[in-house]
Amino acid sequence: MELIQGLLVQGVQMLLVLVLAPGLVGLVRKVKARLTRRRGASLLQPYRDILRLMRKEVVLAENASWLFRVAPYAIFAATWVAAALVPSFATGLQFSWTADLIAIVALLGSARFFLALAGMDVGTAFGGIGASREVMIGAFAEPAMLLTVFTLALVAGSTQLSVVAAFMASPEVGLRVSLGLALVALVIVAIAENARIPVDNPATHLELTMVHEAMVLEYSGRHLAMIEIAAALKLLLYVALVGCVFLPWGMAAPGSGLAAHLVGLAAFLAKLAGGAVLLAVFETAIAKMRVFRVPDFLGAALMLGLLGTLLLFVSRSL
Amino acid sequence: MTRPIPGLNVAPAAFRDGPMPRSRVGAADWRRAAEALGQGAATLMSLWASEGEVHMALHDAAAGRIGILSLPVPEGRFPSVAGHHPPAQRLERTIADLHGLQPQGADDVRPWLDHGHWEIAHPLGAAAAAVPRLPYVFLPVEGESLHQVPVGPVHAGIIEPGHFRFTAQGETLVRLEARLGYVHKGVDALMRGATLERGAELAGRVSGDSTVAYVWAFAQAAEAALELAPPPRAQWLRLVMAELERLANHLGDIGAICNDASFAMMQAQCSVLREQVLRASAACFGHRMLRDRIVPGGVTADLDAAGVAVLRGLLDLIGGRFPGLVTLYDETASLQDRTVGTGTLANALARRFGAGGFVGRASGRDFDVRRDLPYAPYDMQPPAVPLRSEGDVNARVWIRIHEIEASVALIRTALDRLPGGAVRAELLAPAGEVEGLGLVEGFRGDVLAWLRLAADGSIARCHLRDPSWFQWPLLEAAVEGNIIADFPLCNKSFNCSYSGHDL
Repeated sequence: MELIQGLLVQGVQMLLVLVLAPGLVGLVRKVKARLTRRRGASLLQPYRDILRLMRKEVVLAENASWLFRVAPYAIFAATWVAAALVPSFATGLQFSWTADLIAIVALLGSARFFLALAGMDVGTAFGGIGASREVMIGAFAEPAMLLTVFTLALVAGSTQLSVVAAFMASPEVGLRVSLGLALVALVIVAIAENARIPVDNPATHLELTMVHEAMVLEYSGRHLAMIEIAAALKLLLYVALVGCVFLPWGMAAPGSGLAAHLVGLAAFLAKLAGGAVLLAVFETAIAKMRVFRVPDFLGAALMLGLLGTLLLFVSRSL
Repeated sequence: MTRPIPGLNVAPAAFRDGPMPRSRVGAADWRRAAEALGQGAATLMSLWASEGEVHMALHDAAAGRIGILSLPVPEGRFPSVAGHHPPAQRLERTIADLHGLQPQGADDVRPWLDHGHWEIAHPLGAAAAAVPRLPYVFLPVEGESLHQVPVGPVHAGIIEPGHFRFTAQGETLVRLEARLGYVHKGVDALMRGATLERGAELAGRVSGDSTVAYVWAFAQAAEAALELAPPPRAQWLRLVMAELERLANHLGDIGAICNDASFAMMQAQCSVLREQVLRASAACFGHRMLRDRIVPGGVTADLDAAGVAVLRGLLDLIGGRFPGLVTLYDETASLQDRTVGTGTLANALARRFGAGGFVGRASGRDFDVRRDLPYAPYDMQPPAVPLRSEGDVNARVWIRIHEIEASVALIRTALDRLPGGAVRAELLAPAGEVEGLGLVEGFRGDVLAWLRLAADGSIARCHLRDPSWFQWPLLEAAVEGNIIADFPLCNKSFNCSYSGHDL
């Protein structure tokens, strides 16, 4: 019975993230539009865009290799699996015991690897620029992310997100400086990983300033749809991750009834909406930084993560 | 000290009120003028050709005098000016493309406007069948680990077409070379034989965002040639229109520059103000961009009491909202981090190229046609001319900010002083073949119009020179050493015209 429920929750989780991801992007865009005195497109617009892209034919460059055609599916698959591993409305996901935070980082890393390769595959100048910038950002973001993971693991005693979430919801966690540092580091990494302002601008039309968009310039049709969904899933993943680790309240515990799961769902939706509004406000209030400032920005995340880890060691040995 | 350049002695008052004299010179004097330009003794205002002659317009800033030198070219060759004075280079290549006149001693003889897609070669000279062209060769760049990034002519944003060839070392720009001419539309050929009315329409369509400046310059040239003074009320209305155009463009530009640094809030707010300017223009004069409102002899739209009230309301709105936006720009650290020190244009280069408008004034070139070669009604009401010397994106934004403040003050004064009377004078037939020169400060800088009318009143030759001719090459210099991702920011801070340049 427990196994069946676990599988059911996991299945719902997989569908839920897929269904909600474009809506989250739509909500961020809508809030940004309202903040800049525009009416903005409907919340459903990202769904319509993906539907439109799925129906359109794929235009391939003559020299595109198999990699270029395979990469969108690989990126989508890796990101989807990663997003399905982060507890959203209920802890105790079935897959949680085979994959932890480090696996999530690795899955996202693989997706980035394929995207960068695909960006360079066709050989256009923009793809190369985008790929080189993306890999540079990744090289700084991944260590910062891992240090944050270590901090959490040291506090909670596990890298399993379900365990971390259960621990964080318990009263024994207390108020810890390390966790505050980890939160800030995680948010910085999330902004960089999702190509948001001030690292990248998802709304820009300026080819020369793009990072993520430059890599996918050559994609069209269903390939582009896959990449767009993957990008939306990644954004949802990070919002869910922050929610799961730092705001674990409302999540249904393993074996609880339907009512608890519905409460968990409502709490998850509220966390997503809150995250979207905060992101939109932050993006509106700040200009994009120069490419060479990004290492400083992510370096701050790395140092915060390191400081968090060190503080834990110091406080333990006392 | 070298001898004075012959003909460089026309005072503003002389060419504003009557036909512009030209000095016919020989090859020796032409060459000497080119050398003097190279030594910085004068500023090149334009270089163009007409039937069998090449002309050079010069400005002596210290003395406040201008002059036009003309060199007959019976053999189809003339001594190159660009060999001594690089700002003339693209103008010379254009002369070679359009007229088939070859500059002797020029370093760069590649075609400029003619991309090899025209059916005829030298459309303004001895038109011949087009010959197949070799592929355009960009300037060579040598060095370790350089890579090229071609951008355009089709861009992702809604902007005009132009090709930019970047050579970069990593993210750092080593060289930028622009290739323009994609919006060539044969304005010079269309002007030939056209009536003055048609000519004014054409001039107003050269560069859509500067339609008032262009048609005013054209009207000035025509009125000077015909020795006709438009009614005072028309002059003041022209000032109102020109300043409204400046307001709309500067507001749009400030927002767009900030948007290129991904600070969308400024653009949203500035776009609202710009839209108010356009709507006020439509309400007062019947056209949002004020196209075809100025004609030789006067203006076609008068301002009634309701219009004056609309404009006063607009000025109050801008005066109330704009200071807050300036504070927002000035106090947003992340935005300042992008604009300060980016795309620095050296003062010496701005002076050498005679960069007009905010590009020159942000790099220490203290020149404004409205003040330095005044025309009515600015001779009665000279504007405050801001000046900075840093030459970066931030300085160009600040010049625009101060020009908005100055324009608001100018329009206020104009509304107070607006005289009554007619707004359009009857055009008379010319006494014979006559020529005139018009010089107007558009929002980008000085727009030059030179006009020769045939005895029957039709246009024999009309040359329109956009300020962008001398700003495009400076953009290439200003971005050097910046990172690729900052190019859009630098480009927007220059905001050169493609259409006005390509004619």
